[in-house]
Amino acid sequence: MTRLAAAFAKGRPALVCFITAGDGDTAANLDALVAGGADVIELGMPFTDPMADGPAIQAANLRSLGRGTTTREVLMIANEFRERHPDVPLVLMGYANPMIRRGPEWFAGECAGCGVDGVICVDIPPEEDPELGPSLRAAGVDLIRLATPTTDAARLPAVLDGSSGFVYYVSVAGITGKQQAATASVADNVARIKRSTDLPVAVGFGVRTPEQAAALARVADGVVVGSALVELVAEHGASAPEHLKSLTRSLAEVVHSATLENHSSLRA
Amino acid sequence: MTEQKPNSFRNQPDERGHFGQFGGRYVAETLMPLILELDREYRAAKADPAFKAEFDDLLEHYVGRPSPLYYAPRLTEALRESAPEGMGAQIWFKRDELNHTGAHKINNCVGQILLAMRMGKTRIIAETGAGQHGVATATVCARFGLPCTIFMGATDVARQQPNVFRMKLLGAQVVPVTSGAATLKDAMNEALRDWVANVHDTFYIIGTAAGPHPYPELVRDFQSVIGTEARAQMLSRTGRLPDLLVAAIGGGSNAIGLFHPFLDDPEVGMLGVEAAGHGLDKQHAASLAGGFPGVLHGNKTYLLQDEDGQIAEAHSISAGLDYPGIGPEHAWLKETGRVEYTSATDTEALDAFQLLCRTEGIIPALEPSHAIAAIVKRAREMPEDSIILANLCGRGDKDIFTVAEALGVEM
Repeated sequence: MTRLAAAFAKGRPALVCFITAGDGDTAANLDALVAGGADVIELGMPFTDPMADGPAIQAANLRSLGRGTTTREVLMIANEFRERHPDVPLVLMGYANPMIRRGPEWFAGECAGCGVDGVICVDIPPEEDPELGPSLRAAGVDLIRLATPTTDAARLPAVLDGSSGFVYYVSVAGITGKQQAATASVADNVARIKRSTDLPVAVGFGVRTPEQAAALARVADGVVVGSALVELVAEHGASAPEHLKSLTRSLAEVVHSATLENHSSLRA
Repeated sequence: MTEQKPNSFRNQPDERGHFGQFGGRYVAETLMPLILELDREYRAAKADPAFKAEFDDLLEHYVGRPSPLYYAPRLTEALRESAPEGMGAQIWFKRDELNHTGAHKINNCVGQILLAMRMGKTRIIAETGAGQHGVATATVCARFGLPCTIFMGATDVARQQPNVFRMKLLGAQVVPVTSGAATLKDAMNEALRDWVANVHDTFYIIGTAAGPHPYPELVRDFQSVIGTEARAQMLSRTGRLPDLLVAAIGGGSNAIGLFHPFLDDPEVGMLGVEAAGHGLDKQHAASLAGGFPGVLHGNKTYLLQDEDGQIAEAHSISAGLDYPGIGPEHAWLKETGRVEYTSATDTEALDAFQLLCRTEGIIPALEPSHAIAAIVKRAREMPEDSIILANLCGRGDKDIFTVAEALGVEM
C-alpha cells in the first residue's frame, strides 16, 4: 500500500495541510503540521503567476521567490522531510511551467528520488496530460487531478482517467482561500465522484475553520486546509510552528472524529 | 467546402488547439468546461452567415472599415536618401489607426462580444496593459449595454491615466491590480481569477492572439480582416502582392491579422518586430529572441523566464508590447521559418515615431513605431520597385506623454 493510500485507509477522514515551500522555516513548519496531526502534506511550489490562488497564497509565493527559492531547494525540502518522516505522504502542488521547465521526465525523476508521493498541477487539465502525466506515471508518482463544481458528468471520466492517489475536489468555482461552499452541494458532488472511482476524495478551497472542516469531513474522505495555515506563517514568522501546530491540532481533532456514515453509504 | 492546400500554413491549429508544439488549453479544471463550450460555440458562429453578417456590418458602420491602404511617399523618399543607388523599397501602410478607438483592438472586441451574447453571457471582463484593449472592450460593452470590468496593473493605471478616464467615461469599472509588478501579466492573472469565480455569467474578452484555445484562433480570425482587406487593396492598387509585410508584436494580434491571409503566398516575406526595450542583453519584451518554450496564461509558447520556469518581468517603452509571452501561432511560425522575427529597441522606436510624424503627418502609437524602426533598416536593402506593407495598428495620441518624457520635454 502506498503512503497516500495508507493515509486514507485509517477508518476516518484525513486532514491534508498545505503550506508554500520556502516561505518561512519550511522544515520546522512542516514538522509542526505533522505534530499537530496532519495526515497528508501538500507542499506548494512557488510560482511568479499563481492564477488559481487568492491573496494569502499569492503573497506566500512572492515571499518565497523574494528569498530566492529555487526548484532545487523545493525538492531538497521534500527530500529532507522524507528522511524525517518516512511514513507521512507528501505531495507537491503548483503550476505547469516550473514542473516542465527542465522536461517532465526530469521533474518526475526528481520527485520519485526525493520521496514525493504525488503531484497536483493546477493548469494541466486532462486535455494536456501528455505534457506531464506519462512521465509521472512512469516514475511511480501519483498524478492527483482536480475536479470542480463545473466538472459535469460527461467530463468526469476524463478527469478520473489517469488520476491516482486521491481526487482533489475543489469545493467552489473560484480561487483558494476565498468563498466557502455550501456543504450540501459538496456532499452531492463528492458522492457523484465516488460513484465513478475507488479513489479517496479530499475537499479543499475555502476551508478555514475547524467548524467548516468538520462539516466537510462528514461528507468526504479528506479535507484540505491551506490559506489559513499560510496566513499563520506570514503573521508569526519564526514562531509560526507553534501556531501551525495548534491550528492543525484543532482541525485534526474534528476531522478525525467526524462520523463516517456517509462514507460507508457512499462506498456501497 | 474549400479544399485545404497541401503544406498550407493557414490550417492551424489542430482540433486540440495546438500549433505544432505550441498553443493548447492549459487552464484550471474549473474553466475547462467553459473553454470547451466556447470552442463549440465559436465553430457554430463561424458557420452561421448571420453571425458574419452582423460582424461585417459593425466593422463597416461602427468601426469604420475598410481602413485605407496608404502609400507613404515622403517616408519612402527619406529612406532612399541614405540607401545605395536603386535601392529603397516603397513603403505602404494599412491604416488601422483610423479605426474607431484608434487601434486594431476593436476588430477583435466586436467579434468577441457578439460571441459572448450568443452564449448568453451577461458580464464582460478584460485585461489591459496600455489601456487600448480596455478602451475597445469598454466601447463594445457600452454599445451593447453589458457591464464591464477591466483589470489593469496599478503601474499601468498610473502611467496611462487618459485611457483609464476613457474607460470610466464608457461606463467600465477599472480594477487596479497590485500583485507582482502590477503590469499586464498581473492584470491577466487577476482577470483569470475573476473568471474562475464567475464562469456562470462572465465572458472574458482576451485582447491578443494568446490564451487557451480557441482564443488564439478566434482572435486571429477576427483580426484577419486587416490582411484580407490589405491583400485585396494592394492587388487592386498595384496589381501585385507586397514583397514584405511588417508588423509589431506584443502578443501578436495585429501581426497575425495582417500575416495570416498572406501565409500561403510564397512570394510574400513577413517580418514580425518584437520590443527589445533597453536592449536584448538588458531588460526587454522580446520573447522569441530571448525566451524559451513554456506554459503561461493558458497556452504553451515562448516566454521570458529563468532556468526554474519563473516568469521574468518584461520591459518596453510601449505598454502594449510589455508582456513576457507571445501568441502561440507566432511561436509556430518562427519554428517553421515562414515568418522572420526581429526586434527594435525603445530608442529605435522613438526615432521612428518622430520620423513618421515629420515625413507623413501621422502620429503613430509606440507599438507600430517598432515596425517602422525595422522598416528603416530593411527598406534600404530592397530595390526601389519592391513593396513593403506595414500595419499601422494604432495612433499615438495616447503616447504623447510617454514620448515627451523620454525626449526630456516639459509639457
